[in-house]
Amino acid sequence: MKLKLKIWRQAGPENSGKFEMHDLDGVSEDCSFLEMLDLLNEELLENGKEPVSFDHDCREGICGTCSLTINGLPHGPEDSTTTCQLHMRKFRDGETITIEPFRAKAFPVVRDLVVDRSPFDKIIQAGGYVSVRTGSAPDGNVIPISKQDADQAMDAAACIGCGACVAACKNASAMLFTSAKAGHLNLLPQGQAEKDQRVLNMVLAMDEAGFGNCRNYGECSAACPKDISLDFIAKLNRDYSVASVKKILS
Amino acid sequence: MILDAKIPAGTLSEKWDNHRFSMKLVNPANKRKYRIIVVGSGLAGGSAAATLGELGYNVNCFCYQDSPRRAHSIAAQGGINGAKNYQNDGDSIHRLFYDTVKGGDFRSREANVYRLAQVSGNIIDQCVAQGVPFAREYGGLLANRSFGGAQVSRTFYARGQTGQQLLLGAYSSLSRQIASGQVKMHNRHEMLDLVVVNGHAKGIITRNLITGAIESWSADAVILATGGYGNAYFLSTNATGCNVTAAFRAYKRGAGFANPCYTQIHPTCIPVAGDHQSKLTLMSESLRNDGRVWVPKDPADCNKSPDRIPEEARDYYLERKYPSFGNLAPRDISSRSAKEACDNGLGVGPGGRGVYLDFSDAIDRFGESMIRERYGNLFQMYERITGENAYSRPMRIYPAIHYTMGGLWVDYNLMSTLPGCFVLGEANFSDHGANRLGASALMQGLSDGYFVIPYTVANYLAEEGAGAPDPDGPIFKEAIDQVRERVAGYLSSGGKRSSRSYHKELGHIMWEFAGMARNASGLQKAIGLIQDLKEDFSQNLAVPGKGEHLNAELERASRTEDFLDFGELLCRDALERDESCGGHFREEHQTAEGEALRDDENFSHAAVWEHNGQGKEPTRHKEDLHFENVKLAVRSYK
Repeated sequence: MKLKLKIWRQAGPENSGKFEMHDLDGVSEDCSFLEMLDLLNEELLENGKEPVSFDHDCREGICGTCSLTINGLPHGPEDSTTTCQLHMRKFRDGETITIEPFRAKAFPVVRDLVVDRSPFDKIIQAGGYVSVRTGSAPDGNVIPISKQDADQAMDAAACIGCGACVAACKNASAMLFTSAKAGHLNLLPQGQAEKDQRVLNMVLAMDEAGFGNCRNYGECSAACPKDISLDFIAKLNRDYSVASVKKILS
Repeated sequence: MILDAKIPAGTLSEKWDNHRFSMKLVNPANKRKYRIIVVGSGLAGGSAAATLGELGYNVNCFCYQDSPRRAHSIAAQGGINGAKNYQNDGDSIHRLFYDTVKGGDFRSREANVYRLAQVSGNIIDQCVAQGVPFAREYGGLLANRSFGGAQVSRTFYARGQTGQQLLLGAYSSLSRQIASGQVKMHNRHEMLDLVVVNGHAKGIITRNLITGAIESWSADAVILATGGYGNAYFLSTNATGCNVTAAFRAYKRGAGFANPCYTQIHPTCIPVAGDHQSKLTLMSESLRNDGRVWVPKDPADCNKSPDRIPEEARDYYLERKYPSFGNLAPRDISSRSAKEACDNGLGVGPGGRGVYLDFSDAIDRFGESMIRERYGNLFQMYERITGENAYSRPMRIYPAIHYTMGGLWVDYNLMSTLPGCFVLGEANFSDHGANRLGASALMQGLSDGYFVIPYTVANYLAEEGAGAPDPDGPIFKEAIDQVRERVAGYLSSGGKRSSRSYHKELGHIMWEFAGMARNASGLQKAIGLIQDLKEDFSQNLAVPGKGEHLNAELERASRTEDFLDFGELLCRDALERDESCGGHFREEHQTAEGEALRDDENFSHAAVWEHNGQGKEPTRHKEDLHFENVKLAVRSYK
């Protein structure tokens, strides 16, 4: 395959960025998108130019490190797929592909296509856990959990924290991420004791990090490589309302 | 080098209990005076940092990823073993212990393995309490499945994402400690050296991958939980960032490196598609519960569509050769059988390097929806990568480097030969012998981090007393200068070749000569080739850019250089271990049926390598293994 790549280059968070055009030839259809970028970087290096910085690690769709907005879509055109699992057979020979970083105020660009997603860690630190000391757990089968609840919690817990939901939202809201994380624990009996505080604190941390408001556009769920459902946002809104009312009454 | 395993006295089942009582404790009020460095934030490092922070120690945790949640433990698919016997099918602590020792081909330390089996149940309890959404039965109780090398169902799982869910559990506990200030987390920091003061590990040197700043950190103890070295083969199921640098730097500072030749080659990976390949993807071993492995009996059929090859023209070779374990034969045995079939010209797919994993019988028996429920995400992943639908056409699989059983040598307390330097998880050598059983890596990482290190590190700290050295002192300064010099050296290399091209070439050498089957002349050849490649690397490397910003090429150059040195050590170890055992198959030592032939008389030991300085040959030491509770036997899965 022969490709024209329109790639965002930016030296650092304080620098202004711009698009750069590159031609790339001899790309196999069986290449993953990141392997295509490896190829480009090898070419750049051979010609004494600086390779493009991009984030990646496991390359099997689970670590959530890879990002990239490809032709305007976070993680590219294929449904339920991270950039690292996207293969070049989904593109046409001769196509021009536009590659940008995930764009959001809360995710400043570090370099080229790499952004800082540490605000997600802050949201988890605010309450995305069950306070259980190592060694203090009762037997795993003491509390039965219905298969339905366990499955639903797992649906939420499948979130890989990549940030595509934020990049897809025109308000750059982190509601899908936060709702998945809170929802996973709030659905389980182990998460009940801290449920109200968890929801209030995680939403506060989300707002403080500079993410926008949710307007139920639904772009987040459409872009999510793990198909996290909008139902979790509804659940978070419900849990948040209950916790807020309880706080006022207490 | 003194290799005292410090195995406690008493019967096997009493050792850990006795030891916990005899170890010293640190007074709760004094814990905050001790500083501990944890390098790595996967299952072992993350669980250790969280637990030590919770106990009140001052913890600094480092990872190269942009978040601790992204460590490669996250990619483990199939499950975690626990000797709960919830299925009432004959499991017990002793059986898990025995299966693990046997699975490791009698090359692991009995006492460590028994402790692992003992705490396996606590791990499951801990994870459930954290909110890990394990699979459940309709009655609400925990579900189990069976895994390779075992005849009981003791594997707990969360769909095909067990590693992810366990890591998120450890990460959530770690996050709680970060929020409370007990743990300071340093993301995007790579450890580039270990600092040793008066014979004790007292700190590390790191490079901030964003700013390029090279900094020193001091502590009372250093815990390395930096994973395995599978990427020495370039293509493996490891994440692209996984590297041997931290462990290898510790080795160069005096920590013994044990059994580097023990590498695990996983039988069920998606075959290599072409030269562009940057990594290999695992298909969980759990697939072998329902999938049947076969190749055509006639080489002429290899290019035919599989549905046009009738039943009688197929060789279900695992079922034929190992009737009692069948498709669930352990990983090393299954991998070698696949290689053998392909070597005999019976392989399928590109380059004839693949075998079929066929689900049609299971789909007929349980229906497609049940198979989709069990493995849907894996089938989806397979289709994305290969463009083929495994519900209607058998998967093609081939073995790939997946896990490394060797690692830094540790005693029963998980301390390396360097006092104060502890090693956890895949980075150490302790529990899996020459071959690891499925669903045991997650168990070991969490056992080390949650339930072993909190006790054993306390004993060391109580004996030594608090007092981390000044991180600006002369020894730290010297170490930091050496790291700066090394980094500057890469940046001024001025050659033409990328570090990736060196890494790739190393990978080819390793896979060819130190892969699934090894022999003396091949290994000798590999050592020569690696030495030539190192020479070329020192002359012709190209690293663009500067040191003061995010520079992936610079990171890769440093990791590649360590892989080159380490690759040579691995081959040397494989050459010296003149027997076959587990994942280490020496062609000179096999039975008439082609099975691994151990030499217990001469090789019932862990080989531990001591670094003698750059350019000098390392020394091979031995820790003899004593088996008092299991009888050494020919490992049979027939």
